[in-house]
Amino acid sequence: MSNLPLLDAISMATFAARGFLRLDGVVSDEINAQFLAEAGTPPEVVPGRKLMRTYGEMLAASDIPEVAAGVPLAQAYPPGSAAARLLDLPAVAGAIRSLVGPDPRFDHHFLHVTFPSAYHEAAGGENVSQHTHQDSTIDPRRAFDLQIMYYPHAVTRDMGGTRFVPGTHLRKVSEVAIGRYQNIRGQQHMVCEAGTLLFLHSGIWHGGGVNLSDRTRTMFKIRMNPTRTQVRQFDLSTLASPAVQRPIFLTKGPQPRSVEQILMTPEPWFEQDTGRLEFVNRVRLWRYLTGDDSYDADYWLTRLENLATA
Amino acid sequence: MPRQKVLVLYLANSALDAPVIAWSVYDGTGATRPMAGDADEPPYRTGVDALKDGWRLFQAAQLLPHGKGAEFDVSYLKYEFWFEQIVETGP
Repeated sequence: MSNLPLLDAISMATFAARGFLRLDGVVSDEINAQFLAEAGTPPEVVPGRKLMRTYGEMLAASDIPEVAAGVPLAQAYPPGSAAARLLDLPAVAGAIRSLVGPDPRFDHHFLHVTFPSAYHEAAGGENVSQHTHQDSTIDPRRAFDLQIMYYPHAVTRDMGGTRFVPGTHLRKVSEVAIGRYQNIRGQQHMVCEAGTLLFLHSGIWHGGGVNLSDRTRTMFKIRMNPTRTQVRQFDLSTLASPAVQRPIFLTKGPQPRSVEQILMTPEPWFEQDTGRLEFVNRVRLWRYLTGDDSYDADYWLTRLENLATA
Repeated sequence: MPRQKVLVLYLANSALDAPVIAWSVYDGTGATRPMAGDADEPPYRTGVDALKDGWRLFQAAQLLPHGKGAEFDVSYLKYEFWFEQIVETGP
């Protein structure tokens, strides 16, 4: 058993249901300042200079290293670098262990810099938000990758922030094929204090918000893959056992907070029929994370798996 | 010159009077620049409310059978309704 502060069953169920976990202000000001120094200062606005050139120069000048895909995450960053220190924080390491298991593999990272209007105007471009998308490509797995979004400085609403839609992570779509969807009920915008981390299931729908402030917004993303197992990696001592079925449909008041209550809570954007499929898929994900193929919540899979052949 | 404004509503089921769960706007007049993430509340409560406000429905998503073995897969939003307004923008 790991000595790290692992996620409890409620936090894990929340991640399974909604596809995200926020750790607000978990990174110290000192690491934040170190990271911003390593990332480098955005170049000055130069009339006529294309934004991609500005961006490319900033990436080339930064102290954030190029890292080959597939190396052990533990070897991805030089000891003492801001990224290495961040990943070593007990709360961060415990959450990573809970979600992707031991010895995760580095997939890729990227420094997302969202420039204010002056840069776009100088380049002759348009300052707009990023289309909503799911990262990578169609991913039919039950297993998932973890993406950590790191906000090294405070993000205000007018700076845009990462827009994401809780609960979309189990939808199988093809990257920016969902760009048509401008706004979805329940979408969230990352407004946060410096040093905040957003852990995302790799399937979550998201996009960068338009930066309407007068300062550059910086976010650093690290994607990692499980290499061994994601099964039963969280704090199992907090898992109620055995799980019991709750009364369904005819209930006489709010149900107590539990894994089942979390897995069966709809998002504002759920369609009325496919919202039930979301519940089915959440139960399947919980079975995967707990290694318990008999688990069910609110009878959805028990009903479907009854083939009446006994 | 007439220009087209387009409203796309995604509803909670296939009925046009079902609640809006997602939406997009495209403005061919150039007067506004709608974009992803620009509003957290829908412009109408239901599709019928958009009709009442003068939007003309010109396309609705089909209801398609579920593929065998993929009955529980979830993917794109299912109940998509396209509306338009024709706006005069001057000579």
